[in-house]
Amino acid sequence: MIPPETTSKEPTEVSTRPETGHTQVSPRAADRSRRERTGHGVEVRGLNAYYGAVHAVRGFDIDFPANEVTAIIGPSGCGKSTMVRCINRMHEEIPGARAEGTVKLDELDVYHPQVDVTAVRRLVGMVFQKPNPFPTMSVFDNVAAGLRLTGTRGVNLKDRVHGALRAVGLWDEVSGRLDKPGIGLSGGQQQRLCIARTIAIEPEVILMDEPCSALDPVATLKIEELMDELKERYTIVIVTHNMQQAARVSDTTAFMLSGELIEHGGTNDIFTNPGDERTERYVTGKFG
Amino acid sequence: MGASATTVSGGRSALERSPLSRLPDQLLQWILTALAAAILVLIGYFFVRLIGQSSTSINHFGFSFVFGNNWDAAHNIFHALPLVVGTLVTSAIALLLGVPVAIAAALFLTEICPRRVRGPLAIVVDLLAAVPSVVWGLWGVFVLAPKLLPAEKWFASTFSFIPWLGGGTVNLYNYFIAGLVLAIMILPIVSAIAREVISTVPSQDKEASLALGATRWEMIRMAVLPYSRSGITGGAMLGLGRAIGETIAVVLLIGSNPILGKHLFSPGYSLAAVIANEFGEAANEPIHKSALFEAGLVLFILTLLINIAARWFVSRGTHGKRVAGGAMTGVMLEET
Amino acid sequence: MSAARMSLSTLPAVSPRRRRTDRIMRGLLVLATAVALVPLVLVIYYLLKKGLSSWTSGGFFSSDPNGNFFGNPGGIRSAIFGSLEIVGLATAIAVPIGIAVALYLTEYGRESRFADVVRYFVDVMTGVPSIVFGLFIYIVLVIAKVGGAFTGWKASLAVALLMLPIVVRSAEVVLLLVPSSLREAALALGAPRWRVIARVVLPTSVSGLTTGSLLAVARGMGETAPLLFTVSTAFALTGNLSHQMNTLPVQIYTDIQSPRNAIEARAWGAGLTLVALVLIFNLIARLISSRSRMA
Repeated sequence: MIPPETTSKEPTEVSTRPETGHTQVSPRAADRSRRERTGHGVEVRGLNAYYGAVHAVRGFDIDFPANEVTAIIGPSGCGKSTMVRCINRMHEEIPGARAEGTVKLDELDVYHPQVDVTAVRRLVGMVFQKPNPFPTMSVFDNVAAGLRLTGTRGVNLKDRVHGALRAVGLWDEVSGRLDKPGIGLSGGQQQRLCIARTIAIEPEVILMDEPCSALDPVATLKIEELMDELKERYTIVIVTHNMQQAARVSDTTAFMLSGELIEHGGTNDIFTNPGDERTERYVTGKFG
Repeated sequence: MGASATTVSGGRSALERSPLSRLPDQLLQWILTALAAAILVLIGYFFVRLIGQSSTSINHFGFSFVFGNNWDAAHNIFHALPLVVGTLVTSAIALLLGVPVAIAAALFLTEICPRRVRGPLAIVVDLLAAVPSVVWGLWGVFVLAPKLLPAEKWFASTFSFIPWLGGGTVNLYNYFIAGLVLAIMILPIVSAIAREVISTVPSQDKEASLALGATRWEMIRMAVLPYSRSGITGGAMLGLGRAIGETIAVVLLIGSNPILGKHLFSPGYSLAAVIANEFGEAANEPIHKSALFEAGLVLFILTLLINIAARWFVSRGTHGKRVAGGAMTGVMLEET
Repeated sequence: MSAARMSLSTLPAVSPRRRRTDRIMRGLLVLATAVALVPLVLVIYYLLKKGLSSWTSGGFFSSDPNGNFFGNPGGIRSAIFGSLEIVGLATAIAVPIGIAVALYLTEYGRESRFADVVRYFVDVMTGVPSIVFGLFIYIVLVIAKVGGAFTGWKASLAVALLMLPIVVRSAEVVLLLVPSSLREAALALGAPRWRVIARVVLPTSVSGLTTGSLLAVARGMGETAPLLFTVSTAFALTGNLSHQMNTLPVQIYTDIQSPRNAIEARAWGAGLTLVALVLIFNLIARLISSRSRMA
């Protein structure tokens, strides 16, 4: 059993897939709603994703609450990464892959035929499993890369780059070497650099696909702390195979199996009192 | 188990092979090693003999062979600057025209082309390399040169204010037309290497730029081109090496004029072309022959140096994987 | 972060300039590929247009060029046979030696520094201009009049030299594809090295080796420069490799420089023949290679 973390919570209702697609708001988020919510949540309905004939994500319905961290957990190959890549429409970049359904930020459905895919990706940023700073660019240029695409220049550019580096806690470590290659940093620093690159263009949602799996525990901790700060401004969805991590960082957790959403709800409830038997077997380590 | 069970007559263990049966292996290894070494010896030997044959010319003309501007067979004066310039000019034209097209075609084939069409199209581009140089010369002489002459004349008169590029009388066979055909000939090599280099770009770099909201072209600019720069440079240099050494197409299209051409559309000469052309008449004139050999020596050294530099670039660009040779043989024998 | 509701209308648009640049650049890439293919199409078109008529004219393949200044200049029979003979001998030299060197590199030379050097110089050799190989044989054999002045077998040597690096390089690639587990299994059974090579390595790589050799042959057939300095040219058909012989590339090269229309026509016919031969070798090579992959 995963020991529940942090403060005790009042029991909340947990909804599973057959009933509604909406999660009950957990107390921590309710807390936040008293302050002004600055972010935008994501509403996924009827998401199906295919690799050629392989049906990798089946009829997915879920809400990602604004300004919260939602963790997607499940065994390897269950489609977590695929599902998440459908949110910023990266899934369709793979030859032979396609997706259908709706993914809405407020009224904006990113799968609407008139929507430009590149515009979607500015709203929904992504951090990848293996840190991937551009190898030929300096630290500064890496963070500035997305900004330069839309023509940000000069002082404005510099301010936003520095701001992003500060926001991820890298400033002290790299301020003296902004012009040095981005790949010269350590693994954990590189990942934070990639996060800085992502938030520099001020998306609404940040998707993280197993962002710490290639990092050491110290670097992992730094990034988890960062996530906690980032959710003030962004909505975060993190895919992770590490259940302890999910329990530590997320407010809401969704459990996936074979492309389907099995159960989702407040993190505490999923881990201490899961509704579905399969969820219970997974979080107690009986498989996966 | 006594010793008797494993010994045969003569006291050798049955597990030990007789010296006689080891002979084929030793022999094989010896022969193969000797053949491999023979290649190195051959290259060295060639150098030595070529220098030997050029020595008369080297001693006679010294540095003015390369830097003097006067190739005068009638008076036995052989200063090869016009040839060197002609070689470099036609090769430069070949690079300027051929490399961008080759890289663009490589980018199209690897990044944009729909998968089903990619294979066949790539084979067709590579087929350019299968056309023998004498056939390019044939087509160049009877089709391309006459057909382009009006356009060349128009260009020369319209842009006559630009030095060298414009103005002057337009000759049917000139630097430009030779350089153009050379561009066509180096295109498949540069493109094949560029394709291999570009396909080694890690998809994570490409995904990083797409995830930032880059358009396809922006992704190519941000992630693909910077990564491939080194390897593509190497490919271009291999193309340069090819252009510098090409004899037949150039000798048919450059105009064979030993006087240094003053314009893009003037006739000229190149090192390889002069050897092919003047070989017959030089047979009886030792100094002429020696000068031709020296031209060959200059050519050989040039191409060697360029090739060595090119391979260094390519290996840096593909991070150790040997691709250059594969592209040179014109077919992807490897299934990568 | 705006608190405003997002909808299709609030979606920050991709600037039209970026979209335009993307479309233009992608269009340029397509255009460049088309431009790259145009010369090939044109060459084949003109070869067919101007060469086919020579093919169908009487005696093209059955008569030799006769060097007459007037009237029928003759066909290209001696050129075709000469090319086949010379390249045939060159192949017989280059392929065994090339495979042998490749065997050295893969069987004995995987770790050795010496092998690295050899490999490196073989690679460099692929970039040496073909005229250089012709000059080499000229210096070493022709000037010294070893066994005659210009002869067919000397041309074969020059062509073999230029085929050699191609054979070595492609053979090495193919031999490396033989799984070491196969080799080790044979060695573990007590087979001597030469047996392993002869019975295991070579048979497994036969199709790849053939492909590489055919590509080298295609290349060798098309080169003119090495022939100019070693076998020069001739008119009559001869099977004797110690004589001067005619070859297709040299025939074409000479014919291009003639002012006569009839000879220009012959040049096109010969060019079509040469390209056809080269393409046939290329196609067979690809067929073998793709068939072996499907097996």
